Amino acid sequence: MNPVVTSKLTFGFWVYLMTDCVLFASLFAVYAVLLHNTSGGPAGHDIFSLPFVLTETMILLTSSYTTGLAMLSVHRLDTRKVFTWFGITFLLGAAFLTMELSEFTKFASEGTNWQRSGFLSAFFTLVGTHGLHIAMGLVWMATLGGLMWRRGLTPSLVSRLTLLSLFWHFLDLIWIFIFTIVYLMGVI
Amino acid sequence: MGQGSFISYTTGYIVSVWLTLGAYLAVRYQVLSLNTLFTHTWLVALLVGLALAQFGVQLVFFLHLGKESRPRWNSIVFSFMAMVVVIIVFGSLWIMANLDYHTMSPGDLNRHIMHEEGISK
Repeated sequence: MNPVVTSKLTFGFWVYLMTDCVLFASLFAVYAVLLHNTSGGPAGHDIFSLPFVLTETMILLTSSYTTGLAMLSVHRLDTRKVFTWFGITFLLGAAFLTMELSEFTKFASEGTNWQRSGFLSAFFTLVGTHGLHIAMGLVWMATLGGLMWRRGLTPSLVSRLTLLSLFWHFLDLIWIFIFTIVYLMGVI
Repeated sequence: MGQGSFISYTTGYIVSVWLTLGAYLAVRYQVLSLNTLFTHTWLVALLVGLALAQFGVQLVFFLHLGKESRPRWNSIVFSFMAMVVVIIVFGSLWIMANLDYHTMSPGDLNRHIMHEEGISK
């Protein structure tokens, strides 16, 4: 694909990511405002398990790194390595999502659901929106993987993989703040 | 956007892992109250500092922000986003705290003022 078109595509996607940052900032603001409105229900330090969340964080951080390595293989047009690295990224992303869903089901089974208090509504909305982004990223990754398997590493696929890698790195950036503001600060 | 290299991705990854572990251990030790070095406020400040440092590291090493050719449209849009985010987050906290203060019952207001002024009954 024409490099000027590709750079415009990347810039357009970058602008989308920045507006997504604003969406997450609003959810963080809601969370910060509702943090103490526990309405007699559990607060953060009653329900969060730090070692569990640290594992999630490390999994997501590693997947961000393997995305980077996958992009290096994309630019070398090494299809086999692209499959390997994006395959690892996909598995790590799926593991992260599974852990998050198991945390949510555990909370819900203990009656700690989003209807319990303002704090929990804000918690589930913020962390759930991030999880939804991860799920969309996994669908996107699987789709591009299927396309690459059928048609190989075409120029248009290279630019789409570039956008996917930006999206995935961006989700890890958001998670830094969820890890720090929701989980770490929720416990101290 | 510029392209990364193996060294830049690996550097970013290793530094991010250490910053995450640093934040985790700081909280862990506080929870176990093995040290009293950090008061609550300082611990929060430390965590914010570590998160912002990791944010910066990943922006540079993973997203290659600031490496694009001039004019740096990506960086300009990023700065605008940062401004909007600061206004939304701090503005919301400010307005909601103010609203909370003005809609308190007289008893709550008394307790709030006494707490703020450090008066103990």
